Amino acid sequence: MSRLAIFGLVIVCILVIVAIFAPWIATQDLATINLPMRYLSPSGQHWFGTDGLGRDVFARVVYGARISLRVGIVVVLVSSVVGTVFGALAGYFGGWIDRFMSGYIFNVFLAFPGLLLAIALVAFLGAGLNKLILALCIIGWVGYARLIRGQVLKVREYDFVQAARALGASDARILFVHILPNAIQPLIVQASLGMAGAVLAEASLSFLGLGVPPPAPSWGVMIEEARGLDTLQAAPHVLIFPGIAIVLSVLAFNFIGDGLREYLDPRQRKR
Amino acid sequence: MSSLKHKTLGLVRRLGILLLVVWTVVSLVTLLIELVPGDPATAILGDQATPEQIVQFRSRHGLDRPPFFVSLQSDASGTKHLRWNGAENRYVDYWRALLHGDMGRSFRTDQPVVELIRLRYPATIELALASLLVAVAIAVPLGVVAGSNRGTWIDNISSVVALVGISLPSFVIGPLLVYVFAVKLGWFAPTGSEEWSDIVLPAITLGAALSAILTRMVRSSVIEELGEDYVRTARAKGLSERSVIYKHVLKNGLIPVVTILGLQLGVLLAGAIITEKIFGWQGLGLLLIDDGIGKRDYRLVQGCVLVISVTYIIANSLTDMIYRWLDPRIRVS
Repeated sequence: MSRLAIFGLVIVCILVIVAIFAPWIATQDLATINLPMRYLSPSGQHWFGTDGLGRDVFARVVYGARISLRVGIVVVLVSSVVGTVFGALAGYFGGWIDRFMSGYIFNVFLAFPGLLLAIALVAFLGAGLNKLILALCIIGWVGYARLIRGQVLKVREYDFVQAARALGASDARILFVHILPNAIQPLIVQASLGMAGAVLAEASLSFLGLGVPPPAPSWGVMIEEARGLDTLQAAPHVLIFPGIAIVLSVLAFNFIGDGLREYLDPRQRKR
Repeated sequence: MSSLKHKTLGLVRRLGILLLVVWTVVSLVTLLIELVPGDPATAILGDQATPEQIVQFRSRHGLDRPPFFVSLQSDASGTKHLRWNGAENRYVDYWRALLHGDMGRSFRTDQPVVELIRLRYPATIELALASLLVAVAIAVPLGVVAGSNRGTWIDNISSVVALVGISLPSFVIGPLLVYVFAVKLGWFAPTGSEEWSDIVLPAITLGAALSAILTRMVRSSVIEELGEDYVRTARAKGLSERSVIYKHVLKNGLIPVVTILGLQLGVLLAGAIITEKIFGWQGLGLLLIDDGIGKRDYRLVQGCVLVISVTYIIANSLTDMIYRWLDPRIRVS
């Protein structure tokens, strides 16, 4: 695998460890407001300094990893499962469900800016973590469905599937035991890129005030709070650390996705 | 089937999809408003509003009419049953008004939504075009240099720059640019859209990701063209490498890039929402986020979402159709 993919893997491992062991890694309290201690520069006491309310930036970035990963994992899991079910049904049975999916759903979602749809959904549903996750799943599942439908259409014609059919296997058995395991590889690539997309979308919506509401240490919220002129002037590090966290996470998942894609498809390996 | 007939059929199909998508968007924005928790009237007027005020508000904005053709209603005994409302419902109302160029009135200011959007629309288009310009100005030279020096350290550096550019979200780049160029250097105002120079930072913020994508495209396009026969001919007749690249390769290599530019205009429109928020740029995105969602002015939210997405859809479809028309290799599947 490429060096970039390994770099991505290392970053993701760090991210997961940080998220799981957050209470042990960040010993400072992340919510206590301490105005006399505001805008402190990074030091041994506060590794990433303190923000405009005197809260420890390191602790907030560490707990922010929990929010990002939670959103990413739930969104990718739910939308890939839903997408796989509908994509497989459409690809395997064809008929009206396939015509509806590939003729209507795919085209509509392709033609619509995903972020705008998420913003619109959250605007009407109201802000909040669960509603944000719901909105991201709604815009996310179609990509998986398209992918799986295409794969199933391809694998369906293979000889071993014909053989299973000739032996009298049921539709469910053919679909779940024979077709899906052979169709699912590209899904891993898509899921990895989907993690990057979900982390980015969560931060974007939280930045716009449509995601996790403010006291929560979402990286997007932290950037929104840090971009005021007073804060920029007094303590740019309040902006920089959550910014680095977002960029590294997104890069890492993208690197892994690209690396996996190259690994699974030899034709795309380094020219 | 003749080629022309084939192409025409393709265009008709695209137009059909376009109409289907627009219908879906309008239906979504009209029906999504039903998801709003609580009553929009009390959300806008507050708890102190008298019943008369609420009744008046609801009838003024057509909220007293049934939401859709059918609705679920509970009768006196509490059992729920479907009721047929006929064509006198808010879904039809919205369509009827829309076809007359009317998007209703703002819940807050009572101004026509169309008017509010018309005032803000040019600023967003201006920003999108400026960032296209920024993206092209960065991507074409960088891509050409990388592509014609394939595999060297110049190529590697430009690839890394492009990769980082793609991964930098606008809400990270934007505030960083504000910090460096407004707070530290004082060259530009941190926010606003009055002076001509106010567009520089937002345009760079919005154009950065696009320039990264474009750089990659120009690079691979240049590499591909460099392998063509006409390049060998040009070199053989003694042209300098410089003129080979700028007179021959670039002309051919930019065709696919132009197409991508058209497609990306739509992406820019959606991305503009965040950029406008960062810089206080008085465009549609800011109207949607601050005045629409921020003040729970759902009529305005409907209008903004509708206009942004329809612009996006039309920009995409136009590019797609022109591309299909121009390039005979792309056939209708």
